[in-house]
Amino acid sequence: MLLTSFQRTIIISALLLFGQSSWSATVLVAVAANFSKPMTDIAAEFEKVTGHSAKLSFGSSGKFVAQMENGGPFEVFLSADEKGPEKLEQADLTVPNTRFVYALGKLVLWSSKPGYVDDQGKILTTGGYKHLALADPKLAPYGAAAVEVLKKMKLFDKLSPLFVQGENIAQTYQFISTANAELGFVALSQVIENGKIANGSGWIIPDNQYAPIRQGAVLMKKGAENPAAPALINYLKSAPALAIIKKYGYDLAN
Amino acid sequence: MLATADLDALFLTFKVASISTILMLLFGTPLAWWLARTTCPWKGFINAIVALPLVLPPTVLGFYLLVFMGPVGLIGELTTWVGLGTLPFTFAGLVVASVLYSMPFVVQPLQAAFTSIGEHPLEAAATLRASPLDTFFSVVIPLAKPGFLTATILGFTHTVGEFGVVLMIGGNIPDKTRVVSVQIYNHVEALEYNEAHWLAGCLLLFSFTVLLILYTVLKTQPNVQQLK
Repeated sequence: MLLTSFQRTIIISALLLFGQSSWSATVLVAVAANFSKPMTDIAAEFEKVTGHSAKLSFGSSGKFVAQMENGGPFEVFLSADEKGPEKLEQADLTVPNTRFVYALGKLVLWSSKPGYVDDQGKILTTGGYKHLALADPKLAPYGAAAVEVLKKMKLFDKLSPLFVQGENIAQTYQFISTANAELGFVALSQVIENGKIANGSGWIIPDNQYAPIRQGAVLMKKGAENPAAPALINYLKSAPALAIIKKYGYDLAN
Repeated sequence: MLATADLDALFLTFKVASISTILMLLFGTPLAWWLARTTCPWKGFINAIVALPLVLPPTVLGFYLLVFMGPVGLIGELTTWVGLGTLPFTFAGLVVASVLYSMPFVVQPLQAAFTSIGEHPLEAAATLRASPLDTFFSVVIPLAKPGFLTATILGFTHTVGEFGVVLMIGGNIPDKTRVVSVQIYNHVEALEYNEAHWLAGCLLLFSFTVLLILYTVLKTQPNVQQLK
């Protein structure tokens, strides 16, 4: 049967539209700074497997919550804590029953100088440094965990005058990697490569020194109609994604 | 209401802005005078450097300062060598950054004011055997008064409004580098909208009042454009 050019146009447009909405859609994701490396890997795999694509924005969880409360366009939110997603859920901005913990964060005391931080963290007591970097404990769970560790070691009062605070964990890393701060607390995922600390020196702080950093993810109502958004949430729970999360030093929630 | 930390941030901001403005006037005046008078072929080059912070994102300046003023950076090695230590995370570092960042707001009005004075008053002073220094203080400065006023106010307010650079090299240290703009940002990020509103309102009121004074006061005096 021969088609008129009008009919052909209609069919092609319909195919294109259909393709856009269900085969290869784009999801906009807000990602806590500490999870930027693993999420970049996961997004690449996600695109390969599903054909959808994920656009990632990195920043501090608090800022993302503030933005989404004010109409921010993000469809999936990977927070550094559970508080942010809970708050958005209470504000009725999320799709019910989609909130889950995707990773347990690990804290590390790190320096860009090799051999500077020993594997017991004794350097904290010894001193000899001018600046100790951490993420702002009020804004970032990794900062709050760092404060908890220092309080447990009874070093908080002694060391707090040396604090320099990053607005998020990526900025904290930046302070240390440029050697402006001799050492500081960052996320293990920022310094790990193939299961060990890649550059400088660090002390992976034992789990019993701080409350678990439970990082929550949630599907936003903005993404409810976008097939790529729930697909990404599901992919985050898949074996390949979990393997990537583990590779970057995170523990998995049960 | 404003908490103690907010008041501290306000006080620190005005301290940074005051010191920076004094330094900018000290360095900016001879520089603007030279730029206004010179026929040197490098004039365009220097003008471009002075104007750079107007168009560069503050993050670029902040990034370079963090990298070059740090212990492994060129400037950082120099400041450490002369015994000053490194500048990021310090009050002095904040002042240095502010001076670099707000300099065009001081140099450009001064340069325009100096240029608009022209040759005649200077020649008249010379025929009265005034030395160049005497001419500068008793002829140039009074004639360029509106330029100095604009430069001071713009330099000061622009430093008060500085954010990106401080965020990158400040380290958010109370009483040292936690200025108002950063404090507001932290309040918003911590979802403390009430506190953010108070501080933001203060800053809005302050900036508007200063600009209002600038435009009403300058209107009553011969301004730079009219002199041309």
